[in-house]
Amino acid sequence: MSRPMLEIVALEKTFGELKVLRDINLRVATGEMVFVIGPSGSGKSTMLRCCNRLEEPTSGAILIDGKDIVGCSSSALNRMRLEVGMVFQGFHLYPHMTVVANVMLAQIKALKRSKDEARERALAMLDRVGLRHRAETMPTQLSGGQQQRVAIARALALDPKVMLFDEPTSALDPELVGSVLAVMKDLKDSGMTMLVVSHEMGFAREAADRVVFMDGGLVVEEGPPEEIFANPKAERTQAFLSRVRA
Amino acid sequence: MDGLDRFLATFFNARIFARYLPDMLAGVWTTIWLAGAVIALGLSLGLALACLRAYGWRIASFFIICFADMGRALPPLVLILIMYFGLPGLGLRMPGPLVLILVLGTVLAAFAEEIFWAGLTSVPKGQWEAGRATGLGFTQTLVQIALPQAARLALPPLVNRVLAISKMTALGSVIGVSEILSVASTAQSFTGSAAPLTMGAIAYVIVFLPLVVLTRLLERRFAWKV
Ligand SMILES: Nc1ncnc2c1ncn2[C@@H]1O[C@H](COP(=O)(O)OP(=O)(O)OP(=O)(O)O)[C@@H](O)[C@H]1O
Ligand SMILES: [Mg+2]
Repeated sequence: MSRPMLEIVALEKTFGELKVLRDINLRVATGEMVFVIGPSGSGKSTMLRCCNRLEEPTSGAILIDGKDIVGCSSSALNRMRLEVGMVFQGFHLYPHMTVVANVMLAQIKALKRSKDEARERALAMLDRVGLRHRAETMPTQLSGGQQQRVAIARALALDPKVMLFDEPTSALDPELVGSVLAVMKDLKDSGMTMLVVSHEMGFAREAADRVVFMDGGLVVEEGPPEEIFANPKAERTQAFLSRVRA
Repeated sequence: MDGLDRFLATFFNARIFARYLPDMLAGVWTTIWLAGAVIALGLSLGLALACLRAYGWRIASFFIICFADMGRALPPLVLILIMYFGLPGLGLRMPGPLVLILVLGTVLAAFAEEIFWAGLTSVPKGQWEAGRATGLGFTQTLVQIALPQAARLALPPLVNRVLAISKMTALGSVIGVSEILSVASTAQSFTGSAAPLTMGAIAYVIVFLPLVVLTRLLERRFAWKV
């Protein structure tokens, strides 16, 4: 395995009394796409959100390209977050600005790019997700699938080293899922390192390098998609997969 | 004299109108700049306090909440009387217009803080997370993402409140500030005629009706969009 771009070491997270993550260890190699599956409440979102400290880890380390993001100062954290793109289930586009302004904002305010530079980059990223012609629209005028692609463009415009996706297609109507998955596939083919929480099994089989099964705040099993889907070893994985398929 | 003549002579005496027109114009001007100062002070202070409260520092938030509650609970007239007639006893004498601006400005700030704060709390958490996840700091996220959305929500109630408090500049008449009502009631006691009061009412309509119409337009616009 080549050098990991994202490394999660002995990550633990508790909410009050509730132990949500217990000793998570996971490495995502440069250019690798890792899929995370598991039952509701198993801690998938929490793990992902710890990777850019939207959730504060209780203990453990998160290394982005070798640098620990846990325990760095808040200004260093803001810089580190530029290297970790995040895509949410609910898109979270800024409703009061145009699509292109959504993609420009952090470039200007956090990355300190000039307006022209940011705009050019934003248009290029919108082009990449097939939405350059909607640059001047307000986000609410777009379909869910289009909004999610804009959200991906917004993250990509900051030139992140890793992209995190938290159920990027589960808020979408079925006919809109494909367009978002196509963008993700394209991203993977261009060498992006990606950690994806999603239950799009077909897509995982086609595009993922590895699938991780989580349950009860632990990584129960991991392996290539064919292996995990065809003959899962752990009983909990088998039970989960048969439930999902049913 | 039949009824209509008497009515006109009482409320619309042209001679009295003409005589007091210059005073009334001066009163209108005073009301306008007082209202402008109250609005500027109230909105900027209210916005600043709501932003400060967003940082979630316990002690600051506690004092802001106390301020907002007191400002909304106390009748402005009471504050005006205390500041104008009470404080000189402590050696602090302020001119009437200053008292009026300070009191109405802080009362408006108390309401504005609550309205802006309500707007801020109704911005979805995901908006903050999207901002922070793209490397924006707390203040940047507040200013660039949360506030514009909060202001949109706050606008209709805010305009209503601004209107209500601007009209309270009429309270200046009890501390000798020569705004519209003051001019009108002085003229009324000199002439023994109600005509100056009619003039005052007309002046208020001319000054505040545009604001009322603006409120209506905003309400319509927001009813459509959200
Ligand atoms: N801010 C929080 N405060 C308290 N408990 C939380 C918080 N966030 C998550 N939890 C709890 O942590 C557990 C794991 O939540 P998480 O969202 O990570 O699960 P998930 O695997 O993403 O589930 P899903 O598939 O439903 O999205 C849940 O029991 C949840 O209730
Ligand atoms: Mg989740």
